[in-house]
Amino acid sequence: MRRPHPGRHLGYRQRRRLVTVSKVVLGVVLLIWTLLPVYNMLLMALDADADEFTGSIWPPDPDLDSFRSVWTEDYWLMAHFWHQFGNSIFLGVATMVLTVLIGSLTSFSLGRMRLHKGWIITDLSLLTYVLPTTFLVIPFVHIMHRYGLSDSLWAVIAAEVTFATPYAILILHQYGKLIPMDLDEAAKIDGASPFQVYRLIYMPLMAPALVAVGVYALLLAWNEYIYQYLLLSSTGNMTVAVMINQFFDSDEAPWNYMMAIAIIYSLPPIAIFYALRRFMVAGLTLGGVKG
Amino acid sequence: MSPLGANRLRPPRWRVRLQGSDTAWAIAFVVPYLAVFLAFVIYPVGFGLWMGSNPSLYGLLFSDPRYLNTVMNTLLFVAIGVNVQVFLAFLLSGFFMSESWWVRSLLAIYLIPWALPALAVFTSIHFMLVTQWGLLDSLWRGVTGDDGPLFLISQWIAMTANIVSFIWKWMPFWTLIFVAARMAIPRDIYEAAEIDGATGYKRLVHVTFPLLANVYLVSTLLATIWAFGDFATVYFVSSGAPAKRTDVLATYGFHEAFDFGYPNLGVAAMMSALPVLIPLVILLMRRVRMKGAQL
Repeated sequence: MRRPHPGRHLGYRQRRRLVTVSKVVLGVVLLIWTLLPVYNMLLMALDADADEFTGSIWPPDPDLDSFRSVWTEDYWLMAHFWHQFGNSIFLGVATMVLTVLIGSLTSFSLGRMRLHKGWIITDLSLLTYVLPTTFLVIPFVHIMHRYGLSDSLWAVIAAEVTFATPYAILILHQYGKLIPMDLDEAAKIDGASPFQVYRLIYMPLMAPALVAVGVYALLLAWNEYIYQYLLLSSTGNMTVAVMINQFFDSDEAPWNYMMAIAIIYSLPPIAIFYALRRFMVAGLTLGGVKG
Repeated sequence: MSPLGANRLRPPRWRVRLQGSDTAWAIAFVVPYLAVFLAFVIYPVGFGLWMGSNPSLYGLLFSDPRYLNTVMNTLLFVAIGVNVQVFLAFLLSGFFMSESWWVRSLLAIYLIPWALPALAVFTSIHFMLVTQWGLLDSLWRGVTGDDGPLFLISQWIAMTANIVSFIWKWMPFWTLIFVAARMAIPRDIYEAAEIDGATGYKRLVHVTFPLLANVYLVSTLLATIWAFGDFATVYFVSSGAPAKRTDVLATYGFHEAFDFGYPNLGVAAMMSALPVLIPLVILLMRRVRMKGAQL
């Protein structure tokens, strides 16, 4: 598709070579652009000297000691690392499952069952964004205290689901339009209840979009920081994101431990992302193409 | 072109009214979302509006020179950050449509920033900038032989760093959205365009862009709304350095509310973005509803 049209002003071969060279240059630039901060994380984590910067481009004597220390929880700030890691995973998975469930039920009702005046709900959901995540955090924290959910992972899950669902509804609604309504009608004639249509027809056919939305919700929960920081205070309920930030407040500065934790914390979303990448492109049809 | 004709043959929506038990099902299906919406959107938003309802708060806010500086920063951050990232994402999505194997594998690497947790990477970028011994200064020394600058001492360099980091983090997401949209363009449209002589640059301007205009607009609107609420970038990359001169509304409100202990002032600061946000959200609603009617 991107192949140049053969035989215009320049010779075909010259043009082709020019295109290839510029593509390679662009590729190298993108590679450096993407990996520079990631490389810096590795550089700092592999540095044996805990609290000073090396000032060099290569790690002077690379050392896996920091990863070993994290593994064995060998430092007071990260004494409960694996427990907190579990909290992060619980938070991410719960956000993912609830977002997919609530989002798909809503978009099924609006898009497939054509609930009367359903667009009001789509509009309402977008109203969530009138006050973006961070803007809502101050009243949200107050209200969670009122609900008796302070220092509870469920409060954070509620926040993440609240902000992931509108986008989920949007994406699922668009993707649902690609599935012919005749399927639902045929199933209905065969005597399927709406719930059976939802479970046996809608959910399997929507799989790519559901995966895309699920990964989106998971990454949102994994990226989000301010709600976790403000809502979780005890060591037992803390997530890794909150724990990492404690390094900034501490007097000592073992940056290599901190970066090792950051790298380990980055691995699950990367793994899930790559495992499900195939679905992502197929599922993320935002707005559809006019045609 | 395609589904429009088919839709016309169907009875209009109001005539296929749901029957009794089906309506009950349909309502039951939206109840979970409505419950979430009431408990975690309406209640906090109402509470927030009430917290920020005292007009004297705004007098206090506008008399604070730091607030005015913050507003300028926010506008720069959103306007430049969003437009550059969405436009570049649009262009790059064309590059990533290429079928060669190495471009495909590059796409996999290019998406890493989106999957990495913001806290981790922004802290890393912060450390690249923060001292004379950060990675950027080391690279500088390697190339020029001189000591590098202290980046976070200048307000403008620090602000640029925030914007660049924001673009770095979120551009992959929008690129993926555009790649998905481009894949949905039927190939015969391109073939027809080629016969009419639209290739290369002409095809981009006259064929691809008009087809993706809707996606482009919705993406820009969503990115703008999300950028206004972005907290992690500035909080971790520049941390407001130098001397809180690179704060944006999100971090300003956070500091007022939780560090200085004026939650109402923090809410008011964030509330002051509403005159910009409300029209954007209304525009977004309209686009979404219009497309719903169109397709």
